[in-house]
Amino acid sequence: MSTLTYLQAISSALRDELRADERVLVMGEDIGVFGGAFKVTDGFVDEFGTDRVMDTPLAESGIIGTAIGAAVVGMRPVCEMQFSDFISCGFDQLVNVAGKMHYRQGLAVPITVRLPSGGGFSGGPFHSQNPEAWFMHSPGIKVVAPSTAEDAKGLLHTAIHDPNPVCFMEHKHLYRRIKGEVPEGVFETPLTARVARSGSDLVVIAYGAMVHTALEATEDIDGASVEVLDLRSLVPLDEDAILDSVERCSKVVIVDEANSMCAAGAQVAALIAERGFESLDGPVVRVATPDVPIPFSPPLEQAVLPSVERVKEACRELLAY
Amino acid sequence: MATNIAEPSAAGAAPESAHLQLEDRIWLLRAMLLMRGLEERAMTLYRQGKVPGSFYDGYGQEAVSAGAAFAMGPQDRLCILHRDLAAHLIRGVTPARILAQYMGRATGITQGRDGNVHFGDWRLGCVGMVSMLPDMMLVATGMAMAFKLRGERRCALTWFGDGSTSRGDFHEAMNWAGVQKLPVIFVLENNQYAYSTPLDKQFAVDPVERAAAYGFVGVTVDGNDAEAMFEATRAARERALEGGGPTLIEAVTMRMHGHAAHDDMKYVPKEQVEEWRKRDPIDRQEGRLRELGVDVEALRAEIKAEIDDATEEALASPMPDPATAADGVFCSGEAEPLLDGQAPWSGFATATDGASS
Repeated sequence: MSTLTYLQAISSALRDELRADERVLVMGEDIGVFGGAFKVTDGFVDEFGTDRVMDTPLAESGIIGTAIGAAVVGMRPVCEMQFSDFISCGFDQLVNVAGKMHYRQGLAVPITVRLPSGGGFSGGPFHSQNPEAWFMHSPGIKVVAPSTAEDAKGLLHTAIHDPNPVCFMEHKHLYRRIKGEVPEGVFETPLTARVARSGSDLVVIAYGAMVHTALEATEDIDGASVEVLDLRSLVPLDEDAILDSVERCSKVVIVDEANSMCAAGAQVAALIAERGFESLDGPVVRVATPDVPIPFSPPLEQAVLPSVERVKEACRELLAY
Repeated sequence: MATNIAEPSAAGAAPESAHLQLEDRIWLLRAMLLMRGLEERAMTLYRQGKVPGSFYDGYGQEAVSAGAAFAMGPQDRLCILHRDLAAHLIRGVTPARILAQYMGRATGITQGRDGNVHFGDWRLGCVGMVSMLPDMMLVATGMAMAFKLRGERRCALTWFGDGSTSRGDFHEAMNWAGVQKLPVIFVLENNQYAYSTPLDKQFAVDPVERAAAYGFVGVTVDGNDAEAMFEATRAARERALEGGGPTLIEAVTMRMHGHAAHDDMKYVPKEQVEEWRKRDPIDRQEGRLRELGVDVEALRAEIKAEIDDATEEALASPMPDPATAADGVFCSGEAEPLLDGQAPWSGFATATDGASS
């Protein structure tokens, strides 16, 4: 075990994979000599060389498309989008080529796409998005979103070992803010939810950075016993864990940092309405970013992103229901 | 501009490849005849209501896929476009599976999950196209990138159309392949129309000229001459294997039928079609072989019998089980890479690893 930041845990997973498996290469914009916009691959070139830590042209469709080609001839590419927002330029390759390949042709596409996502630091409309739901809606793509340093490493190993395309949503706001004990070496974190804190009066369901918002918001709400369920994986979605929490707690608040419409949380709410209705003792409550681009100026950005206060208020109201 | 070839070549007069034996030249004719015959049969099945959706063919363009695919080795990898059926045949896909594919049968290459020529048999080193063109240019580029990283003497090839040159992925792939000097061959199948859009609404400069801007070779080939296509692709492959980087081959041809079965092609001047009919790629190859004393009629009869048998087999094969509609979205086992395909060119028979001629 060693204490790593969320960012160091991601670096550690990549380094361990590059050491363990010669089929693995990491590719993206400015990730080689410069070490990446967030320094996730800082120093990698010295150990692994410029072939396996590849500075690519500024071409997101190119990054995903060539990764697919390399994957189907035996490589295990890990692509970095400099910001998750830029995946819109690689969307077609990911959704139409990678996502549908196995269903159509029986050909597996083992690629991992790292997507530094999320807001909270005045990144503005093009450096703050949480695009996970785009890919949840696209068959054939797995989507994971770690909230802790240990899961950041373990889920990245799982993603790289997976024979399918995996979107790895890494939250930029957690990079240096979150630290934790992380096991050494290669280990896999299962694509299941994790109870971040157990409770019995209400459950807050979240993933990524919102797990920490949820934990802070519910630390003490007039002594209520509040569970926090960290989804970790959005595709596959751990439906059993969600329904289990709902059954035990009867009241549910779902938090998304993503825009509210058709977000991951909307899918969770639909699941609960369909299969957990009998367990409910109040309406399913959602806290999410309204359907606006993420604004730049701090007071505007803070007005739209789910805050500790908003989550706390939502929980308080539901507990009183 | 390569888009206007003024003088159609007379049959047999085009430059021939010194690398083709008689058996190879027969193979090329055979692949083209089989492609045309299968597509004509599929069209009949379509009219009989046995092919769902629409139907797309490559009538008149057979030489482009036949000639290019014939130059590719067993370990090379191909991303095949929808008017390139001959490439599948050369790699070893059987006619019965192709007809079953068109009819959405369980024994088709995609087992009914995708239609038409949207298929590639990964066990034969091929990846099927998607409808977003030319996405496969990047996939082929990525294959070539892996070959280069691993120091393997192999290359990747993909086909795409004149319309595709307008899309961003064309630029991204050309640029990427040029920057990394990759062993990839881009075959631009210039068939004069992207659906109904003629070339002058697609580009201001002949796309073959763009190759130089990306730092590699671009050549224009008579796309209705299978031997010329073979020779250009063979040379491009040699260059790729020797570390000389990508090649853009512009195959100038003509889409003789509509975009798909429903398209009456009224936007194409009749004279243009008639002019190109004189340059039919099968007529040309047959002319050559007749001069060499090959019994072309016997070959045609043999192929017709093969197609009849394949039709019978495909019609007898089952439709997919609706209960399996949701199966296979994800791979649940090991990710297996593409396997080697058939490569009938006699030049490979003498090479020890199939990697060079």
